[in-house]
Amino acid sequence: MLLFENISMAVSGLLANKMRALLTMLGIIIGIGSVIGIMTVGDSLQSSVTESMQSMGANNITVSVTTKDEDDETDGGLTRLFMPSDPSDEDLLTDEMIDDYRTAFGDEVYAVSLTESVGSYTAESGGESAPVSITGVNNEYQAAEDLELMRGRFFTDEDAQKGRKVAVVSDVLCDALFAGKEPIGQSFTVAVGTNVYTFYIVGTYEYEDMGLGMFSSDTPTTSMYIPLTAAKDITHAAKGYSSITVVGAAGADTQSLLRRTQGFFESYYTRNNAYTVSASSLESIVDVMSEMLGTLSTAIAIIAGISLVVGGIGVMNIMLVSVTERTREIGTRKALGATNGSIRVQFIVESVIICLIGGAIGIGVGTALGAFGANLLGYAARPSVRAIVVAVSFSAAIGVFFGYYPANKAAKLDPIEALRYE
Amino acid sequence: MAAKEIIRMTNIVKRFYIGQPNELEILHGIDLTVREGEFVAVVGESGSGKSTLMNIIGALDRPTEGSYILDGTDISTLGDKALSHIRCTKIGFVFQTFNLIPRTSALKNVALPMMYAGRGGAERTKRAKALLESVGMGERMSHKPNELSGGQKQRVAIARAMANDPSIILADEPTGALDSKTGRLVMDLFHELHEKHGKTIVLITHSPQLASECERIITISDGQIVGEREGGGRRAAV
Repeated sequence: MLLFENISMAVSGLLANKMRALLTMLGIIIGIGSVIGIMTVGDSLQSSVTESMQSMGANNITVSVTTKDEDDETDGGLTRLFMPSDPSDEDLLTDEMIDDYRTAFGDEVYAVSLTESVGSYTAESGGESAPVSITGVNNEYQAAEDLELMRGRFFTDEDAQKGRKVAVVSDVLCDALFAGKEPIGQSFTVAVGTNVYTFYIVGTYEYEDMGLGMFSSDTPTTSMYIPLTAAKDITHAAKGYSSITVVGAAGADTQSLLRRTQGFFESYYTRNNAYTVSASSLESIVDVMSEMLGTLSTAIAIIAGISLVVGGIGVMNIMLVSVTERTREIGTRKALGATNGSIRVQFIVESVIICLIGGAIGIGVGTALGAFGANLLGYAARPSVRAIVVAVSFSAAIGVFFGYYPANKAAKLDPIEALRYE
Repeated sequence: MAAKEIIRMTNIVKRFYIGQPNELEILHGIDLTVREGEFVAVVGESGSGKSTLMNIIGALDRPTEGSYILDGTDISTLGDKALSHIRCTKIGFVFQTFNLIPRTSALKNVALPMMYAGRGGAERTKRAKALLESVGMGERMSHKPNELSGGQKQRVAIARAMANDPSIILADEPTGALDSKTGRLVMDLFHELHEKHGKTIVLITHSPQLASECERIITISDGQIVGEREGGGRRAAV
């Protein structure tokens, strides 16, 4: 009963003094607006980062050979830190292990990607040249990395077995070396040390410009893929692998696969004193990253929340002025039978209404701000429902908190003094 | 004079700044009885203590000593909340400066005491309308105080004082801010309330002329009742 009366009284009071009400709300509007804006941008950023990481293959599991972590106080990590030694041939993952793994896990594993980095060199043909970064890959690499070909084909089993010098290159390289001509079947040379190798192009892929070479007119360094066996011929590398990538089958539980994969390979290293394997997936990195982004946006939102407190103090200030201005009215109300409690409720309701209206406008401003900011950063804006719920309850809480002191002051006024107040 | 006692004050003493070096005794033992249906004037110079007495009669303040029984309830020892309830239901205030709630229509002003008494919205509006009509303000119910003249404001204030059908109407210099013509109209309204509705009215004034219109005149000076005589009633005014 009294609550409804109080609300209508508060609203008509605010309407009678529109400019003042708006200025009082401004602090709350700015506070809520910036919190919502930041939360919206943060949420958009978070989900867009998560999505793009997932598209990069969040459920890929990387198994790599690492040094055993021994809790040896005297020797400890320092020696390892300053004298890192590469694992020797017998410490590496072998083809046999991988075959066993495939047999053991069967359908759960979609692909096992093996790579051997050769290095960055220059591809030359007919006087033209382009920088390339050569990586030897197995046939499953295409599936594992979702590499889409524009033209031609990926490597065949025969290519792999015979160690053919065939290559899958970027469209950028083709344009640089064979402008306008059909690239499939063309050959070019790469000098590695004193040896010169000739490669035949069997497929091309579209180079995705990351925007890094934006200001350079030079041809960017693009990846060139060759069969793993061919790469090992060039580098004379050991037979094993220091790291492999396992792609789980669609719908597989990556975390479970990760644990079991690690367990499987670890069993080969139980007697190895220096090395073991560790498996990790992008998914765990994505989790860490989105958690970090979440923490960051919350931290910034808390800083923005300080302006909310400042806004609340503004509300308290105006409420105090209002109580002083209306001293006679308070005295009259008390003479007419208002209890201290009903006076207190009246002023708290007024302050809460200022804060709630301010909060509502702030949500509008913040959503617009967030949409603008998110678009500016190139991410789809997602209004943060969580932030809106928090904002509404927070502004009501501010209304009660900062309204209580002035309201209590009003409630405690001596009716005689208040009636006599000029 | 068989009517029941509405106000019975016995040896009322009021002191301020108790226990401090500047302790001040304003009322030095007032004995005052007002019977139901009486129209009593309390007259005194400014500084005589009549405002302090009025505050105690109006349950805005408590006496330091003595007992005050209002309509059967001893209110000299009640707490703030109980006093609010007494003011709400048993006393109708009419102030010199009207004290209407600004930016609020005449109708809502009259309905306000009924809201504090916890009466329902529809009932409040109905009674407020009837009261405003009875004081001749039926045409201006939706007007706000700043749209009303002094006399109109005081009529709204009188309607408001009647809202909860109080035991007494306590009027503090009700014509003090009005010219003699509108003051006359307001006084006529009080006479009407007294004669037609049998209301108990306590009028506080410093004007002997206004006091002479009442049935009984109590003169207060220096915190004590120094005289009590019969007034001429309404005829004295004409």
